[in-house]
Amino acid sequence: MAKVNVVINGRPISVAAGSSVAAALALAGVTATRRSITGAARAPVCGIGVCYECRVTINGQAHRLSCQVACAEGMQVVTDAAL
Amino acid sequence: MRTHYDALIIGAGIVGAACASELAQAGLHVAVVEQEIVGGGTTAAGMGHIVVMDGSLPELVLTSYSQQLWAELLAERPADHEHLACGTLWVAADAEELAEAQAKQARYSAHGIASRLVAAAELYALEPLLRPGLAGGLLVPSDSVIYPPRSAALLIERARNHGAQVISAAVCALRPSGVLLADGQTLTAEAVILAGGIRSQALAPELPLRAKQGHLAITERYPHIIRQQLVELGYIKSAHASSGDSVAFNVQPRPTGQLLIGSSRQFDRSERSVDQAMLAQMLRRAVEYMPALAQLTVIRAWTGLRPATPDGLPLIGPAWQRPGVWLATGHEGLGITTALGTAKLLAAQLLGHSAPIPAAPYLPARFDKETAHG
Repeated sequence: MAKVNVVINGRPISVAAGSSVAAALALAGVTATRRSITGAARAPVCGIGVCYECRVTINGQAHRLSCQVACAEGMQVVTDAAL
Repeated sequence: MRTHYDALIIGAGIVGAACASELAQAGLHVAVVEQEIVGGGTTAAGMGHIVVMDGSLPELVLTSYSQQLWAELLAERPADHEHLACGTLWVAADAEELAEAQAKQARYSAHGIASRLVAAAELYALEPLLRPGLAGGLLVPSDSVIYPPRSAALLIERARNHGAQVISAAVCALRPSGVLLADGQTLTAEAVILAGGIRSQALAPELPLRAKQGHLAITERYPHIIRQQLVELGYIKSAHASSGDSVAFNVQPRPTGQLLIGSSRQFDRSERSVDQAMLAQMLRRAVEYMPALAQLTVIRAWTGLRPATPDGLPLIGPAWQRPGVWLATGHEGLGITTALGTAKLLAAQLLGHSAPIPAAPYLPARFDKETAHG
């Protein structure tokens, strides 16, 4: 199976081509994507781009929906929950 | 429930809430009648910019006096109002607008309001994301930002602590010495205060109010990308125009890190739905001044109705030809700032005290065709 390499919170991981960023996060064991306004850790809920809980920073762009973005070679993913 | 009050206020927006707080603290038996929720109308649609404006001398006097009252109120519990002491940076695009910034600085200075002219280099040090080629600006540090529905609720809470009642009902008509509610009940009062924003006109059709609709958009959280509320100086040209649609660059940082993006003006649009063409024009204007905004995600856009009078000043005082009825409406886009000054002026007139600032420029009778001059 074809693989792509992405970097999640500074840690490289190789995932199946076509995986969503949310799937890569799950494979990497990163359960929390962002923090709410009160600082609570949040995680993906719907998986279909509706709940907005899966937002992460992708290649420097904040608030991308990780469940709606496919992993691409060399992609840099940062979760607010890791900050 | 009592059915007779010293003062009955129609509308629990920021103006009605401020009047309720002021009059209840003065010892009056106060009722506020609200058909929806506290602070849910034009109050909830605005930016919550506590700003000194100098479109005319009375506007400058009322906004600066009100800003002092806000400073006192906010000092008690700033976080509850979601207060952000961000100041305003008026942005000058060219030499003509820079000259206007200088004139504005002189007018502010003459009225004891601190402000500082900013050269182009400092403009970019303050706000690096502004587009290149701008001429400079005027920084007004005392301006700030609140969340108006919260402030309205806090003013209502204060009124309640002083014995005021909030009645959830719709007023369908003004009656001699009172109001008729939609359920057929009549409430009576020594003074009825109409503070219903643009809806005041439904109860008093003679009021010279016109709805000036505005759009706003709010983004996701992007903390610290702007520090001041940024407003183009061209805003002054568009804000008080009495005809035609217009947009202006006006972007505000919220305490959450979100950005509130405005502003637009449209007359006589009765729908509250978003006009996509106007929203697009407004956002294009914002991106012209700050190209990086195009990369941000807007999560919501909405509209609100500013109750505008022909001379751009509010109606504060006795209604003409309606004994016992008082007006506190017509604040256009400045009702959040001027609510507290309005309440002081109205209370002084109602209670026969001396007014803290001259009341004449805001007296409704200036629009009475029977007695008005020229």
